[in-house]
Amino acid sequence: MNSPAPLPATPESAPDYRIHALTGAATGSTRDLSGPLSAEINAAFAASPDGEIAVRSVDVNIPLLEKNDILAERNRGYFLGRGLTALNLVSSPGAGKTTLLERTLDEFGRQNRCAVLVGDLETDNDGIRLSRPHAPVAQITTGTVCHLDAGMIARAAQSIDLDGVRILFIENVGNLVCPASFDLGEQVRVVLLSTTEGEDKPLKYPPIFKSANLVLLTKVDVADVLGFKRDVAVENIRRIAPQAQIIQLSARTGEGMAEWYAFLQARAGRR
Amino acid sequence: MHEVGIMQSALDAIRQQAVNHGATRVSRIVLRIGTLAGVDQEALRFAYEALTPGSLADGAVLEIESVPARAYCASCHTEFGAGRGFIFECPQCHAFSGEIRAGRELGIARLEFP
Repeated sequence: MNSPAPLPATPESAPDYRIHALTGAATGSTRDLSGPLSAEINAAFAASPDGEIAVRSVDVNIPLLEKNDILAERNRGYFLGRGLTALNLVSSPGAGKTTLLERTLDEFGRQNRCAVLVGDLETDNDGIRLSRPHAPVAQITTGTVCHLDAGMIARAAQSIDLDGVRILFIENVGNLVCPASFDLGEQVRVVLLSTTEGEDKPLKYPPIFKSANLVLLTKVDVADVLGFKRDVAVENIRRIAPQAQIIQLSARTGEGMAEWYAFLQARAGRR
Repeated sequence: MHEVGIMQSALDAIRQQAVNHGATRVSRIVLRIGTLAGVDQEALRFAYEALTPGSLADGAVLEIESVPARAYCASCHTEFGAGRGFIFECPQCHAFSGEIRAGRELGIARLEFP
């Protein structure tokens, strides 16, 4: 390098980036740079007797899911502004999210307008199962993506009529790992644990349970047949997620559904 | 397996930082990841190996700082390190805590430009 380079404006003009001071070591004021990082570079010059800086270390603190988090906050504001409460339902595949929502739409959903956004890798099957004349439903097929993100929710929410909706259910992709990291802008995160999965699921997949506001223990009607110990499961949930409320229910027999509806009623947007 | 997407957004952010700082390459990337972030470090390294060749981070050193979980006990008002497990039991009063004070970090802490 032979030019007394001020900070190059574009990367192309600094092919192999190094900063040399002017030969003949110019004094303070002529070395002063402006623009990004000028303070750091000037300080490095001051500390470097030969005027050469090999490496610049920059503390940046950039959140990696920043885009998602910004969109999630926007969604949250949008939902609040519309006076609706969004619930993000997360579980393993087959824990009973869709069955729970079918019954919820048929009972609770008759008195309280609800809408559903449902995510799967492929097919509209769940969206079709959930379709009701009184409840707007949109299916999100993610292709290979293992979770819903806030951008998908922002687009899907625009695709249905949310007028008068008090509760928006978001049925996440069946996955107990990845959805934990993605805020969708929901007010309530609901994690489902079914009795077919084993009592120690909360111990095996702690991050998602740690983020739950409500844990639903589902399919309790078959617990005895399966030898599933409900008290052990509840104890495990309490140890991992003491912040979460727990409701035990069966969408097939209806056990515990009243408690679930009471929870929804208490959280529902006021209108 | 959302680590590939996370690493991709990290590289996008790094590219932007490089432009801001007038650099064309990055030589060291320091990520800060909490133990509760739901991100697997091995999978992240794998994604890094897969995504960086030919990019501005080709050959850069990837350093991952793990941030241990810390929780706050509402019963006796102490903050405590949560150790290796995910059960946050207060060492003072043995109540379980769901109030997480650290451990959810997921970000780029520091970059070095050559």
